[in-house]
Amino acid sequence: MIKLSNVSKNFSTKQGTIVAVEEVNLDIKKGEIFGIIGYSGAGKSTLIRLLNGLEKPTSGQIIVNNQDITKINEMKLRQVRQKVSMIFQHFNLLWSRTVAENIAFPLEIAGVPKDQRTSRVNELIELVGLEGRGHYYPSQLSGGQKQRVGIARALANRPEVLLCDEATSALDPETTDSILDLLVSINEKLGLTIVLITHEMQVIQKICGRVAVMEEGRVVEDGNVLDVFQNPQQPITKRFVSQVNDSNKANQTIQHLIELYPNGKLIKLVFVGEQTEQPILSRLIKQFDLEVNIVQGNISHTQNGAFGTLILQIEGDALLVDEAIRYIHAQKVNTEVINND
Amino acid sequence: MINDLFPNVDWPKMWEATLETLYMTAVSTILTAIIGLVLGLLLFLTSPHQAWANKLANWLTGAFVNIFRSIPFIILIILLIPLTKLLVGTMRGPNAAFPALVIGAAPFYARMVLIALREIDKGVLEAAKSMGAKTSTIIWKVLMPESMPALVSGITVTAISLVGYTAMAGIIGAGGLGTLAFLDGFQRGRTDVTLVATILILIMVFIIQWIGDVLTTKIDKR
Repeated sequence: MIKLSNVSKNFSTKQGTIVAVEEVNLDIKKGEIFGIIGYSGAGKSTLIRLLNGLEKPTSGQIIVNNQDITKINEMKLRQVRQKVSMIFQHFNLLWSRTVAENIAFPLEIAGVPKDQRTSRVNELIELVGLEGRGHYYPSQLSGGQKQRVGIARALANRPEVLLCDEATSALDPETTDSILDLLVSINEKLGLTIVLITHEMQVIQKICGRVAVMEEGRVVEDGNVLDVFQNPQQPITKRFVSQVNDSNKANQTIQHLIELYPNGKLIKLVFVGEQTEQPILSRLIKQFDLEVNIVQGNISHTQNGAFGTLILQIEGDALLVDEAIRYIHAQKVNTEVINND
Repeated sequence: MINDLFPNVDWPKMWEATLETLYMTAVSTILTAIIGLVLGLLLFLTSPHQAWANKLANWLTGAFVNIFRSIPFIILIILLIPLTKLLVGTMRGPNAAFPALVIGAAPFYARMVLIALREIDKGVLEAAKSMGAKTSTIIWKVLMPESMPALVSGITVTAISLVGYTAMAGIIGAGGLGTLAFLDGFQRGRTDVTLVATILILIMVFIIQWIGDVLTTKIDKR
């Protein structure tokens, strides 16, 4: 759907040349939700604007929908933009237009006749859950509602790609969740390819299938979200992953846990993907005559499965404990004995 | 009673002068709004990072606006006498005032248009571009509506200055309340005529301001 080959973008300023995007290669597939994460200044805003031609690359090739958008003229580019729409951090609605008129704007640009516009606008208002608000002005809406208008507006011309520029960064956590849910449902319902940029790992975790991590204009790591979460390679990726995990993890260190639970064995289980849906713990307790105590646990859900860790304290006959560990192993759960008594 | 207070005022003549002033103000305001908008849009669109970014065009428009904005109106009238004769054919009557009024006021309004356009959220312009809007669509459907309250309050201020300019144009024989106050009032020493003409001009200014304020509040949905 979208393919970037060796794409670079420089800005020349009075202070010299600034490299915003450097030698980026990406391959975004049709129908997936692709996340690009980075701190501010990493070049992700420039990168997403390269995808609809709002910025022109200094070098490299950008193929969108089998068209090299770096080579086409303004008129063709405007047509491409009707199929590659965008939503924004600050919504960017026209305050002079009502909700319905804002949603109708891209239809006016595309030259859709008035009666068709009205019915399409009503459809979209319903799709984003803003029934009865069509005649409101943006100033009368909450942030989450404004973003819903932004999404409806972006979907008006039935695009194939939706670019999300920090679409939830100005919203509170609860509203963020509802907007992310809306994006996922649109992705499933309409088969829309979504590319989003964010600085929040929670957003990536919640809705993205694949992720690219950007630092100083380069993509330093990319891949399946679950793999990246489980096995982050770069220091920056590790920092992003810990954004999600640290909040759940108790503040206690492993050492502290050993002091707290001196008896029995402390075992760390690492779950990836499907195993998290199996009742391993209850089977363990039923099958073995052991005392099992949950010391610490955290499970995160991503679009392609859950992952997490669980620390158990197991007390009982030493042979039986070993057998239990082998049992857990057999369930394809990674286990690690933290202490031996 | 009223004739005792203002013994020298010829009311039908005063009424005629009022209508002339209204006519000059209304027509010159409309012409100024159109030319000022065009100049303001040119200034905005030719500035860096905009659709028609062009240093030379921007510099030329800017220079034109600044020069005509800086010439005192009374001098501008005199300088424009040849142009006026060419365009209107005469130097007498309300129509003769238009070239000077419009050339004096349009650059002033163009600056206000530029300020109004610069106030528009850059993100909204980017959004329109991302939807595939042409520059003409952006002008008519984004730039103008989104800056409308500022454009209206700008033209209100300009219209009020134009009332003042018409009075000055009166001195060269354009007619209206300015001519009446100057010739009948000042030169003949009839203070009451000057006073009534002043009051009428004040009322006109208040009404224009009121209309402007009402419109601005009505349009502004922010």
